[in-house]
Amino acid sequence: MADAEALLEPLIPALRRYAYALVRDHDAADDLVQDTLERALSRWTLRRSDGDLRAWLFTIQRNLYISALRQGRRRGAHVEFEEATMPSSAAQQESGIEVQDILAALDQLPEEQKSLLLLVGVEDLSYDDAARVMGVPAGTVMSRLSRGRQRLRALLETGRTTFLRRVK
Amino acid sequence: MTGKEFSIGEDELQAFVDERLGGERRAAVEAHLAASPELAERVALERRQRAMLRSRLDAKFAEPIPARLRIASLRAARRTFWLRSGAGAAAAVALFVAGATAGWFANTIGPAPLAPPPTASVAQGAHAAYRTFVVEVAHPVEVGVQQEAHLLQWLSKRLGRKLAAPDLSPFGYRLMGGRLLPGGTGAAAQLMYDDASGKRLTIYVRAADGSETAFRFQKEGEASTFAWIDQGFGFAVTATATREELLPIAEAVYRGFEGKS
Repeated sequence: MADAEALLEPLIPALRRYAYALVRDHDAADDLVQDTLERALSRWTLRRSDGDLRAWLFTIQRNLYISALRQGRRRGAHVEFEEATMPSSAAQQESGIEVQDILAALDQLPEEQKSLLLLVGVEDLSYDDAARVMGVPAGTVMSRLSRGRQRLRALLETGRTTFLRRVK
Repeated sequence: MTGKEFSIGEDELQAFVDERLGGERRAAVEAHLAASPELAERVALERRQRAMLRSRLDAKFAEPIPARLRIASLRAARRTFWLRSGAGAAAAVALFVAGATAGWFANTIGPAPLAPPPTASVAQGAHAAYRTFVVEVAHPVEVGVQQEAHLLQWLSKRLGRKLAAPDLSPFGYRLMGGRLLPGGTGAAAQLMYDDASGKRLTIYVRAADGSETAFRFQKEGEASTFAWIDQGFGFAVTATATREELLPIAEAVYRGFEGKS
């Protein structure tokens, strides 16, 4: 348990980044990270010593996120996610708008594609580790990644009207 | 399309986008793209989107870690984890994670996660019972205060413990009556009180293991609960009140029950 702090703390920035990209709200993202860390601490002795700690944490975090998402859907309360997709700052420069849109576009992908684009493209997880986090075969990772990027391209090519529809 | 182009599959292109190809394979993809402007444009766009995503999230990654996420503070908080209002939800999430990550942990499945302390499950039961019956207009209690003696005798018999109704008149609450409920592995009793304004308060009692005598405070929505264990029974006082308002009442109830088993 003594090594938990030394091993976990360097990984928190990446967990916060992945959480924020998923929920798009700073506080809600930190709630998710906190739940992830608490979970990791409570199961610390059960983790695989030969496994990648980062991949393990991402697995926990993603599962917590999906669970929360399902509970939210069951309650029909989607407000926090809808609101969270609104750009936080209206005054963006031209390039800023484009960059802002990539997260909004990402929000339109199915969770599996969204998570993969983040875990592989941003967090630099190996394809094998990504497959383990998602609980799918490596081949599925490659095809989902391809589909996700294709979809993201299509979304950004059709322009900003797509995103405006979301803002009710 | 030449035969050579067929050797570059979609997987290679994705690995190229992710900058994970080196040496010959990378050169092969580059040559392939040079010969296919349309494909080259597509791949360039995907690389650019990947770079945009990374740079968009750079600032988040660079933020200092907030105090509440420091491992030291999480450890300190773990001791009071079950005090948090979301104890029930957390347990549900914990179960889900345990199931969902079973594959990942396949060779490390160990003992079940720690069960919540008994006071937390007593508080949980008390809160659920409070929420269910405090809004009840027609039948808030099963047996009314008119039959107080019968009520207490009946509940005592079912609980296996002599139950008295604490006098909460110093706090402006009078007994309305009570009911029998399922609780844990046996029966639970709920006594309901109200004050002049109609505000209700419940006392919940059931058999419970554990020797923890400290008060446990839990707030869910508007309702606050103090719970404790005494000589094999769990007690909880629940009301729509602040911690400060409820604490003296809980102490009075505690003194009322203490040692009377």
